[in-house]
Amino acid sequence: MRYLPLTPDDRQQMLGVIGAKSIDDLFVDVPKAARIDDAFNLPAHQGELEVERALSAMAAKNTSAGSVPFFVGCGAYKHHVPASVDHLIQRSEFLTSYTPYQPEISQGTLQYLFEFQTQVALLTDMDVANASMYDGSTACSEAVQMAHRVTRRKKAVLSGALHPHYRAVIETTSKFAGDTVVALDADPSGTEDIASLIDSETSCVVVQYPDFFGRVHDLADIAAAAHEAGALMIVAIPEIISMGALRAPGAMGADIVVAEGQSIGNPLNFGGPYVGLFATRQKYVRQMPGRLAGETVDVDGKRGYVLTLSTREQHIRREKATSNICTNSGLCCLAFTIHLTLLGEQGFTRLAALNHESAVKLADALDTVPGAEIVTSAFFNEFTLKTSKPGAEVIEALADKGVLGGVPVSRLMPGNKAVDNLIIVAATEINTDADRAQYAAALKEVLS
Amino acid sequence: MADMKFTKDHEWVRVEGDTATVGITDYAQEQLGDVVYVELPDVGKTLAAGDEAAVVESVKAASEVYAPVSGDVVEVNGALADAPAGVNDDAMGAGWFVKLKLANASELDDLMSEDDYKTYLAELD
Repeated sequence: MRYLPLTPDDRQQMLGVIGAKSIDDLFVDVPKAARIDDAFNLPAHQGELEVERALSAMAAKNTSAGSVPFFVGCGAYKHHVPASVDHLIQRSEFLTSYTPYQPEISQGTLQYLFEFQTQVALLTDMDVANASMYDGSTACSEAVQMAHRVTRRKKAVLSGALHPHYRAVIETTSKFAGDTVVALDADPSGTEDIASLIDSETSCVVVQYPDFFGRVHDLADIAAAAHEAGALMIVAIPEIISMGALRAPGAMGADIVVAEGQSIGNPLNFGGPYVGLFATRQKYVRQMPGRLAGETVDVDGKRGYVLTLSTREQHIRREKATSNICTNSGLCCLAFTIHLTLLGEQGFTRLAALNHESAVKLADALDTVPGAEIVTSAFFNEFTLKTSKPGAEVIEALADKGVLGGVPVSRLMPGNKAVDNLIIVAATEINTDADRAQYAAALKEVLS
Repeated sequence: MADMKFTKDHEWVRVEGDTATVGITDYAQEQLGDVVYVELPDVGKTLAAGDEAAVVESVKAASEVYAPVSGDVVEVNGALADAPAGVNDDAMGAGWFVKLKLANASELDDLMSEDDYKTYLAELD
């Protein structure tokens, strides 16, 4: 069917039927103060070529991630995504059926969801994972809600080394659910004592791994303290590639593990869409949000896939559902599954090693710069750099020299003087020796 | 079964002394189909009549079990956690959900007798 816009005559005729003089008459109920009476200051319509030219000129003002040495992380990481991933996810069998409304006839979709869940459970060392959430931060907030259901308590304790965006999502959800959030102050020194805040009202502690400042630390003691008080430990992983090198949270007593899955198969995408990972213990599976694909056999004994435990979900449980997730991040989840399958266990471990190696080389290079100090002793592919000048100024000056050098902590924790001179720096397999040398040279000039 | 009372939501309650045992009716378990999961409240929880006392989940639906009368939860049927099919096997007996310490015996007067409930079911069909 062609789209045929209305003619002025059509509009006049319709207005006549309802007794209005002009389209503006339909908006008289909007208070005058909230209305814009002047015409928008926009140029007249242009042809495709002119629009392309104008937008390209605007886009060229950005320093894009792929155009300069790039060391920005803090929850979103630039990794190499093989062209084969993009090719495979765009096959129409996957692309057009990303959210099956009659799931059992979409066996291919259910199979990849099942494989995705299996991968997430293996990466996190947990019993069961769902078919994905929207992103790491919303998954983390859902985990807090789930812990409240499991423990029938309403207080979450958040580490001061939890990403401020994750904290903000938890606080927003909790505010409207009437739940309590106790968030520790920013913890750049890694000395917070979160276990001392756990009491008999506490439903869960939320810690990040590696944490916001890049630190890798053992979580077993926190898990033990939480379990002692009848609370759960939730672990948030913003950089899932780290699981190729580090001990998984499941092996340290985590009850719920959430992660941002963007790093595998998905480009930066200006901040989204991403894919949230969510895994838990078998005994909590009925309190888990989201969809779950299961493997079974049909009447002839052949392997098949089904959506399982659907009674937790919105279409059956209505307002009592365990979450309002009704479509997951299907295509991003597919990209994750395909990329991880292509990598395989060995490839994934090797990729993690490359990331760590890249970050160690960078830390070694930056640590020799006068006025710069690496404050993170144990890290994966991201660490905290302390500079003799305020971090925000340093990052701006580096950008002028053609290096995107990281995230000044003051941008995410504004008003906190303790973090003013701190920068979170990430390095991945995309960075070359030349990139690292250019960063160190530029930093030397900026700090001199 | 003469000492049993019934609700329109298909719960039954049986009173012995000041203890009220609560479950779902045979009709309810038949409508639900195979019960696969039962969520029970904490012992000590105070329930008002009409509050959600438990959740029962079958292969095709999940629904709430409401407290027919007010009272504190004094015991829950832990056996249902491992063997939820007990609800299908003996809904009116061994498949009970919770025991309440009766707070207000007069609330029983608002519930249906077995004959009333049978009439009510006949109207539903």
